Amino acid sequence: MAFVSSGYNPDKPMEDRITDIGPRNYEEFYPPVIKKNKGKWLYHEILEPGVLVHVSESGDEVYTVRVGTGRIMSVTHIREICEIADKYCDGYVRWTTRNNVEFMTDSKDKLQPLLDDLKGRKFDGGSLKFPIGGTGAGITNIIHTQGWIHCHTPATDASGTVKATLDEVFEDFQNMRLPAHLRISMACCLNMCGAVHCSDIAILGYHRKPPMVDHAYIDKMCEIPLAIAACPTAAIKPKKVELEDGTTVNSVEVNQSRCMFCGNCYTMCPALPLADKEGDGLVLMVGGKVSNRISAPKFSKVVVAFIPNETPRWPTLTQTIKKIVEAYANDARKYERLGEWAERIGWERFFEKCDLEFTHHLIDDFRDPAYYTWRQTTNFKF
Amino acid sequence: MAKHETPLLDQLESGPWPSFVSDMKQEADARAKNEKNIEYQVAQDNIEDLLGVLELSYNDCTTHWKHGGIVGVFGYGGGVIGRYCDQPEKFPGVAHFHTLRVNQPSGHFYTTDYLKKLCDLWEFRGSGMTNMHGSTGDIIFLGTTTPQLEEVFYEMTHKLDQDLGGSGSNLRTPSDCIGEARCEFACYDTQDLCTHLTMEYQDELHRPAFPYKFKFKFDGCPNCCVASIARADLSFIGTWRDEIQIDQEAVQAYVNGEIKPNGGAHAGRDWGPFDIQKEVIDLCPTGCMKYENGKLEINNKECTRCMHCINVMPRALRPGKDKGCSILAGAKAPILDGAQMSSMLVPFIKVNKENEYAEIKELIENIWDWWMEEGKNRERLGELMKRQGFQKLLEVTGLDPDPRMVQEPRHNPYIFWKEEEVPGGWDRDINEFRKHHQR
Repeated sequence: MAFVSSGYNPDKPMEDRITDIGPRNYEEFYPPVIKKNKGKWLYHEILEPGVLVHVSESGDEVYTVRVGTGRIMSVTHIREICEIADKYCDGYVRWTTRNNVEFMTDSKDKLQPLLDDLKGRKFDGGSLKFPIGGTGAGITNIIHTQGWIHCHTPATDASGTVKATLDEVFEDFQNMRLPAHLRISMACCLNMCGAVHCSDIAILGYHRKPPMVDHAYIDKMCEIPLAIAACPTAAIKPKKVELEDGTTVNSVEVNQSRCMFCGNCYTMCPALPLADKEGDGLVLMVGGKVSNRISAPKFSKVVVAFIPNETPRWPTLTQTIKKIVEAYANDARKYERLGEWAERIGWERFFEKCDLEFTHHLIDDFRDPAYYTWRQTTNFKF
Repeated sequence: MAKHETPLLDQLESGPWPSFVSDMKQEADARAKNEKNIEYQVAQDNIEDLLGVLELSYNDCTTHWKHGGIVGVFGYGGGVIGRYCDQPEKFPGVAHFHTLRVNQPSGHFYTTDYLKKLCDLWEFRGSGMTNMHGSTGDIIFLGTTTPQLEEVFYEMTHKLDQDLGGSGSNLRTPSDCIGEARCEFACYDTQDLCTHLTMEYQDELHRPAFPYKFKFKFDGCPNCCVASIARADLSFIGTWRDEIQIDQEAVQAYVNGEIKPNGGAHAGRDWGPFDIQKEVIDLCPTGCMKYENGKLEINNKECTRCMHCINVMPRALRPGKDKGCSILAGAKAPILDGAQMSSMLVPFIKVNKENEYAEIKELIENIWDWWMEEGKNRERLGELMKRQGFQKLLEVTGLDPDPRMVQEPRHNPYIFWKEEEVPGGWDRDINEFRKHHQR
């Protein structure tokens, strides 16, 4: 393959350079019915799982079909989405903030053929290309991070844990039987580029072994003071180390009992790797939300301190999530989010109803916020 | 015949949910066949190698990607994340496999014409794999080599009128909910504010000058579909300050079972007939509603606009007409000092398109001046607020304290009085004091 120039001249990088033009303007991409009725929508209705109608004060309607995707997506798959949108939606399509695709049409007549077409499309391996659902009081797509496919700090895979979980709870993607909607989110390390800390159920990749120190290279690869400053518990201090060949080098020492495995040192310094087959796995957090509906937004709470990386399908993880979803579905009142349910019945009852073990790992011991999670009342349930 | 055996990944091809493994395999096949005779600018078999390195991770349960290196496009400090494989001999097709963040259009609306052009570019100059979308909202191009970075950027800016997004200690690519485009709850035009601020702050987005990352997110109403309150340094959440609009006839229609409550969101189970007392009045967190003699009454002065009643009866209730947004500050994920949600800073502000959001931009720039002056390396706004105090944030923004900013008053009396607040100041004469108080 020969190099094909775009026109860019590396000897004169500023020649014809265009910068700071930002994204394409959203107005270019609105379907006509959206452009016409923006700001004039009166109400919506979910006609069946994954199918919505929005009605405007102009009398116009827009029908939306929501389908799940794997987020990691090939250009072949995007082109197939385009082919469908060209056929049924006049060449317009959109994505939701939770990685679903929405096909919109302004006429009900086009709806059924679109649904039939979407239902018939499968990957060679047998999975659905465009599962319809993700609306109302059910489980929608799981937002997630990169994981082992493209990141340097993960403690687990993101796409795999998400695929395995969504296969397990798939019925609730296509049904609306839960007391309220239930948002599952996945982040593959504590950096949480997925910001899962306010989700009904958060799957979080997690390390459990302190960093190893690559003494021979640390002073060449890293700014040692930055690595030391990166530690939130001050567990890292400078140390001179004698290598096997007798040379003395500047390195660091890790006070292992103070390490909380956040990996921030590794983010700053590649000579302090944490990843480990037995050490790494998952934490499950539940009961968070971002909506202000009825009760204030809430953080998710850690309810399972460790689940191992059982590739390729993480059965302990998916079965634990299923168990929590079923207990919630059976016991919560209509409109109650998972966290609101747990608070109403009490967390002691939550562990009982979800059949989860309560271990010392679940009691907060990190700085001031810990105290506010202990119980300062005699009111509890036996 | 696949280049690498992937028995573990193959098990992720079954089950109903769309399999990313199947999708990767179909792209690997398409590249191998190359029916369009494309002169691929990076390894034709790179997806085979990507599957191979992922299978290795599924075996040893650790990642095989190194820290990014310093790669990017000339004049920008963000938008490209360097990525190198730590087993380059085994997987040469992904030895160098950098990511580009492409700034998405607000609202994630697309024409297929535009998407196809993006696909053509990325198939030719990259791996052909994307994320639609990254966590922050960008279109993510996954995997290309260093020499292709400028080529991709040149083609995007010259042929697609499209720029990169943010990464590093920059303004990160702002993102928004669907808003007024297709939602009856939106209290301001999220797409316009998102796009306007993205364009206004292109320099901050592309050239790292901040202590750390900074995120804007725009939610049209307190339902918070883009989770701005959990993950944005500045969260713009639509709200209103007058009366919820009531259509009493539609209320009756809900009560009589003629309209499905919650827009049909609970249709998967038989919850019994709709009961307005139990499902709306009794669940109102402020108890400001009553339903008597077939009429719904709301004491709007006591309402905190939680959206529950509006969500349950969208055809009968609508947000008020005097709309704007609340601005909250300081959300972040747990690294380092624990997770934070955004805290209320501006209870209500009009979202004023006519003057190009001048008041909002003034607030943003005052906050940035403070954070750029006082923030430590890798300190988010929320952490600086904790370290220097909410009062300092009020001082730099010129905002007056308001009980709406806090959940409750402070628990301790350790007040940092300022000298000018105390009559006579702090400069006192010990000898004068001793005239009246023996040692």
